[in-house]
Amino acid sequence: MVTWTDFERATIQDIFSKIDYDIVGPGALSRCLIVYPWTQRYFGSFGNLYNAAAIASNPKVAAHGKVVLGGLEKALKNMDDIKQAYADLSVLHSETLQVDPDNFKLLADCLTIVVASQLGKDFTPEVHAAFAKFLAVVVAALRKQYH
Amino acid sequence: MTSLSAKDKEVVKAFWAKISSKATDIGADALGRMLVVYPQTKTYFAHWKDLSPGSAPVKKHGQTVMGGVAEAVGKIDNLTAGLLNLSELHAFTLRVDPANFKILSHNILVVLAIMFPNDFTPEVHVAMDKFLAALALALAEKYR
Repeated sequence: MVTWTDFERATIQDIFSKIDYDIVGPGALSRCLIVYPWTQRYFGSFGNLYNAAAIASNPKVAAHGKVVLGGLEKALKNMDDIKQAYADLSVLHSETLQVDPDNFKLLADCLTIVVASQLGKDFTPEVHAAFAKFLAVVVAALRKQYH
Repeated sequence: MTSLSAKDKEVVKAFWAKISSKATDIGADALGRMLVVYPQTKTYFAHWKDLSPGSAPVKKHGQTVMGGVAEAVGKIDNLTAGLLNLSELHAFTLRVDPANFKILSHNILVVLAIMFPNDFTPEVHVAMDKFLAALALALAEKYR
C-alpha cells in the first residue's frame, strides 16, 4: 500500500491544477518520440514521424498526448488505490498494445522534464520528489498486469 | 548505446556556450535535487555535514561536477581517452555505482528544463541526453 504524506497529496493536486494539459500531454509524448526514437515503434499509424519538427506538429501525437494525460488524471483521482484503478489500463498495455514496460519510465522522465519547464522555480526538489513518487507509483501500477 | 554524431556534438557545444556561465548553479541545483528525489544517492555523501539543497558542500560539489562536464564538452571527440583520469577516480577511489550516473544525468536535464525552458528544445534534449550518456560510459570505462 502506498502512503502519501499531506505534502505529497497537496503537491500532486497542485501540480495538476497548475499545468496546461494541452502543452504537457503533447509535449511529453512528442519529446519521448524525439529523445527515445525507438518508442515510435508503437505509433506506426500516426503518419509522419520522420524528424523532430514533424513529430512536434503531428496532430495524432498531440491528440494522443492528451489521452495519456487524461490517464494520469485517473491516478490523481484514485491516489489511494492506483493499482486497482489502473488494472484495466495495465491489461490493455500488456495484452493489446504490447508495450515494453521499460518505456513507461522513458515517458515518465519526459513528463518530469516538461512539467519542470512549465513550473520553473516552483518545481523545487521537494515538489520534484513528490511528482517522481507519483509517477513511480503509476508506472508500477501499469506494470502490474504484465505476465 | 549510440555514439555522438557530428550534429549532436554541434548542438551540445552550442548549447553549452549558452549555459556555461550558469554551470555552478546548474550543478548545485542538480546535485541538491538528486539527493532529495533519489535519497539512496545520499549514501555517497555521509561525510558531509549538510546535504540540503543550497548548502555549502552541495554547492561546492555541484561546481566540481560541472567542471567535469565542461571538460567533457572540450574533449567531446574522444571522451573515453579524455576522461581516463576521472574514470580511474570514480572506479578505484570513489567507487560510485555507475547506475547513479544516469540518475544525476536526469537531474541535470530537469534543471536545464527549468533554467532554459525556451532553449532546451527536444533537439537539444536528445543531444544532451546522448552526450551525458556517453560521458557516463566514459566514466565507467575503468571499472572492470
